Amino acid sequence: MQHSRQFLLECYRSMATIRRFEDRVHDEFAAGKIPGFVHLYAGEEASAVGVCSQLSARDVIASTHRGHGHCIAKGCDVTGMMKEIFGRSEGLCGGKGGSMHIADLAKGMMGANGIVGGGPPLICGAALTAKYLKTGGVAVAFVGDGGSNQGTTLESYNLAKVWQLPVIFVVEDNGYAESTASAWSVGGSQVGRAAGFGMPGYEVDGFDFFAVYDVAREAIERARDGGGPSLIHAKLMRYYGHFEGDAMTYRLPGEVSKAREEQDALKTFRKRVMSAGLIEDRDLDAVDMEVARLIDEAVAASEAAPAPKEADLATDVYLNY
Amino acid sequence: MSKKSYRDAIREAIASEMRRDPRVIVMGEDNAGGAGAPGERDAWGGVLGVTKGLQPEFGAERVLDTPITESAFIGAAAGAAATGLRPVAELMFVDFMGVCFDQIFNQAAKFRYMFGGKAVTPLVIRTMYGAGFRAASQHSQCLYPLFTHIPGLKVVLPSSPYEAKGLMIQSIRDDDPVIFFEHKLMYDETADVPDESYTIPFGEANVTREGKDATVVAFGRMVSFANQVADELKREGVGVTVIDPRTTSPLDTETILDSVAETGRLVVVDESHPRCSMAADIARLVAEEAFSDLKAPIKTVTAPHTPVPFSPALEDIYIPNPAKIRDAVLAVTRHAR
Repeated sequence: MQHSRQFLLECYRSMATIRRFEDRVHDEFAAGKIPGFVHLYAGEEASAVGVCSQLSARDVIASTHRGHGHCIAKGCDVTGMMKEIFGRSEGLCGGKGGSMHIADLAKGMMGANGIVGGGPPLICGAALTAKYLKTGGVAVAFVGDGGSNQGTTLESYNLAKVWQLPVIFVVEDNGYAESTASAWSVGGSQVGRAAGFGMPGYEVDGFDFFAVYDVAREAIERARDGGGPSLIHAKLMRYYGHFEGDAMTYRLPGEVSKAREEQDALKTFRKRVMSAGLIEDRDLDAVDMEVARLIDEAVAASEAAPAPKEADLATDVYLNY
Repeated sequence: MSKKSYRDAIREAIASEMRRDPRVIVMGEDNAGGAGAPGERDAWGGVLGVTKGLQPEFGAERVLDTPITESAFIGAAAGAAATGLRPVAELMFVDFMGVCFDQIFNQAAKFRYMFGGKAVTPLVIRTMYGAGFRAASQHSQCLYPLFTHIPGLKVVLPSSPYEAKGLMIQSIRDDDPVIFFEHKLMYDETADVPDESYTIPFGEANVTREGKDATVVAFGRMVSFANQVADELKREGVGVTVIDPRTTSPLDTETILDSVAETGRLVVVDESHPRCSMAADIARLVAEEAFSDLKAPIKTVTAPHTPVPFSPALEDIYIPNPAKIRDAVLAVTRHAR
């Protein structure tokens, strides 16, 4: 394990923040405090952090409808995100985007996306910018197993290959596109598709931060060195439903609790760093406490924050009619 | 100043902006042509030659040929725009927007608003429209009303070579996504076009003819038909004002309403289908804002609510023409209140 203690603590903090954020959004949604559609990322933390911990602001990511984890991993302000989800004017997008459209381009976060498969073409553009301006940046498109079947995604594989773009496609396969099993909906395999487009492909345990980190490092280095696109197929699980309110009758009883017990990304991470003697239990507990406080404060600030005003309806868009 | 075609005016605008700003890039199917093929480079310069010569001058890094993959490259153009470039992407025929519309109306058009004003998307999508090429139902549509419907997009319909150059330069300098409609039958039309750069602002209509008896609002290729009718009727003692809005979004409503206040009579000429069209939109505007100014019912001249037919015998009937415009103007001017 070549990682520094400091780096590992940061990665743990990022994963713990995602988990706590999502658990809390789950509760706040159930309490009727969050409007609209919410899709939670809890369970998938190792994927977002395994990839994004190796990126900086010059690197751009595009996310999905399940985007909170990617935002946090890419450094978006957590309180600004919570305010956005609450629909407040001080939210990251002024309350105009909401859960499915959180973005912060200054941080290299091109947006969650309400359209399945919407992100990959955009990320080809971000990669083209990086290549053309020679910024040294790379671009990462996160898609789900559902998004992996969209024509936009497959077209983007081809364009990224033809233009030799610095792109990493991360297919986060949480087992279900809405209620439909990926085992049923995906023809062939994700790495087989990568091979079909002439890209290196990696299949990886998406619960395992270190496994994701290692394949992502290879893919990112390849992209930075001008070696073109790669694909990572991260096999993982979402702990909540497709959306909040999903009764999940399509899953087997005990499916999630078993994963939480045996595969959980945070628990796995904790075991690994402790057995390697790098970090003490109490250090991680301290991070958990800090994260809990941060999320409490974010929710309190969001509840207290003002709603947008009527005058805000027609700003941030060209309007003359 | 020299005579230039509509095609050359557009190319000159793009080339001058590429010289001025290294962030301007061009992409599209066969925009140079011959990518990876054994023969000549820049073999086509776009299917109708608009971008011919750009790749030899600016290189393959700035003039990118794409596979036939509209969703991917139109989306890539949007993503490149949101991250610092100013792409001019060609969606060859507007009819093909059906395969990539999501990237235009759900992505590019909405970034600025959804992201709370933190994104700009300086993207130009050039596209060919219009009937008369015997190109049948999937290569002849207008469809600009569909784009006009979408908040966040700007929609430009140049009606002459002069307009095309000034509006293209303005489009490239604009920070919002612009859909730039090029009528495929106008590429060889020539007119005086200044050699230097100039811009024509969006949302400022051009009054191409002035008369006191009726107002004709016409779009794109229809402007020259309307001018022709106005010139004929002037000789017959009927004064017709012709307004070319230049852009459907933004729309210069003031010039239209001021003119109707003076003439009391309105004809709208729109090559698209009649329903939810620019004709319907402007008729609605005037009915709502200037009802008391009207001395006659509003008339619209549009294509019928049918796909564009192939047979020349049918297509010639399909397209609005000067005779139909003339009939409509005479109907409103002869209407007794």
